[in-house]
Amino acid sequence: MSKILMKGNEAVAEAAIRAGCRLYFAYPITPQSELIEYMAKMMPKVNGTFLQAESEVAAINMVYGAAGTGKRVMTSSSSPGIALKQEGISYMAGAELPAVIVNVQRGGPGLGDIQPAQGDYFQAVKGGGHGDYRMIVLAPSSVQEFADMASEAFDLADKYRNPVLILADGMLGQMMEPVEFQPAKTQAEIDALGEQHTSWCICPNDDGDAKHHHEINSLEIDPQVLEKHVNKMYEKYAVIEKDEIQYDTYNLSDDNEILCVAWGTASRVVKSAINELKAAGKSVGMIRPITCWPYPYEAVAKAIGPKVKQVYVFELNTGQMLDDVKIAVSGKVPVKFWGKVGGIVFTPAEIQAKLEACF
Amino acid sequence: MEVIAKRPATLTATPFTYCPGCLHGVAHRLIAEAIEEHGLINKMSGVAPVGCSVFAYKFFNFDMAQAAHGRAPAVATGMKRARPDMHVFTYQGDGDLAAIGTAEIIHAANRGEHISVFFVNNAIYGMTGGQMAPTSLPEMKTTTSPYGRNVDDIGYPIRVCELLDTLVAPYYIERVSLLSPAEIIKARKAVIKAIQYNKEGRGFTFIEFISTCPTNWGIDPDKSRDWARENMLPFFKPGCFRDKGAEAPAAGGTEVKS
Repeated sequence: MSKILMKGNEAVAEAAIRAGCRLYFAYPITPQSELIEYMAKMMPKVNGTFLQAESEVAAINMVYGAAGTGKRVMTSSSSPGIALKQEGISYMAGAELPAVIVNVQRGGPGLGDIQPAQGDYFQAVKGGGHGDYRMIVLAPSSVQEFADMASEAFDLADKYRNPVLILADGMLGQMMEPVEFQPAKTQAEIDALGEQHTSWCICPNDDGDAKHHHEINSLEIDPQVLEKHVNKMYEKYAVIEKDEIQYDTYNLSDDNEILCVAWGTASRVVKSAINELKAAGKSVGMIRPITCWPYPYEAVAKAIGPKVKQVYVFELNTGQMLDDVKIAVSGKVPVKFWGKVGGIVFTPAEIQAKLEACF
Repeated sequence: MEVIAKRPATLTATPFTYCPGCLHGVAHRLIAEAIEEHGLINKMSGVAPVGCSVFAYKFFNFDMAQAAHGRAPAVATGMKRARPDMHVFTYQGDGDLAAIGTAEIIHAANRGEHISVFFVNNAIYGMTGGQMAPTSLPEMKTTTSPYGRNVDDIGYPIRVCELLDTLVAPYYIERVSLLSPAEIIKARKAVIKAIQYNKEGRGFTFIEFISTCPTNWGIDPDKSRDWARENMLPFFKPGCFRDKGAEAPAAGGTEVKS
């Protein structure tokens, strides 16, 4: 299949439709508006449902209702809008509902600005909503990966009956890159995916007089019952932590004197800096978490080669993933951090200068 | 012995959790009977609210979702859009629907979502222990309006039927009361009509029940019905605000009221 030049926001929308998503509810916000606009245009053409909700709060609750019927459903927003969706995300996690949420991050806090940022890491992986729950978080670093993750996110959501977040940013949403789409799922495949949920989802019962009573619910008023439910969810999370960790490495070798850790857009800039340093005869490696939860703690620890004297974390925030890197490194090597905020993306030269100062 | 009344198949055997004298049970039964009468037990699903009726998902004997505070109309929208072959209703109290969920109910009504909304108005927050509701009456004492609802400070009660009646899309809007057997019979007819329109896919239907809260009003059940009649009914007048089915019985829900 040939490659198409597309904006990240449009590529992820197209990939979601190809993955069988036929319901999409959202509210416009910059810099993800092309995503909602693409869905508005394309959903009617595939007999899908597009609905512009009155708010992000309503949108995520529409997702809750639709996910409760076992159908593939998605919403998207940018940072302040995702903050509003946190109530619904907590309820979906509690009710164990599969759904895909896309966050095209922008500068914050508050209204912030509309430029790329990575300030929602804590919100995405450390909670965000109330209560004890986890959400699978996938962080793309290219438009291709952004699109591929749509399909993967739906599969993970269905597999674990859990909300999955794609944590992109304004850079990936707005930039154009060549994309190759995976083959679209056939209607039969999509229907079969819906069928697998019939044991629990809200649906009509066509079997004559027999009736069922499926409940989509996160309320357990009896503390013993709630304790059991939360513990059961944690057994599921343990499986996800064991089986679903993803990361990428770049220029990793035993000669590395510095190990960089970066995710998403930040990692692209770090790559450029590593290439410059390599040309100058200096060995710097990088590990890039693709799943921010479950976090690749072991892989980060193992990426520290015998000559590494410095671990350097670069993020477009003030050091949110830094905490996870420190847990992984466990004090064996010094960990430094440098980041840019305000919606400003650092340049390869800036990263290069920071790294050169460590040699 | 002749059976003249029995539990409808649309209700589970789970005992209601409501206080003595509370009329939620009556409202539940009317809805359950209407669904049974229309033969929708296998096609109906409902959305329970937050508040005293939070456990409605346990009482109705078909698929149910439990929504966050005020979000039932959005959840119902998602369910109905995902499964147009399924019938969906929400059951909500005044705090849930007319305070935290004001946006959701207005916009679901404005879109003309093909759902039925059953709204129980007893002018007070029940489950949280008797705080002021958006429908609490002027001068009404509650735990958060201990000196009486001061309309200069916090405004007048919201009349939801009247508010929704300003919108073009809704198909059927009626306010009924549950304060006497005669009124319950009237309410029953309204509920049957709402479910019928739902079954026929006519559009958005809305029934408000004027109800009581003996526990949080601090009035015994009999007197609480008198109190509601004397104080609530003058402000929340029962009546049919909108019935597009009666205006054009065979036309369906496309006509526009200007």
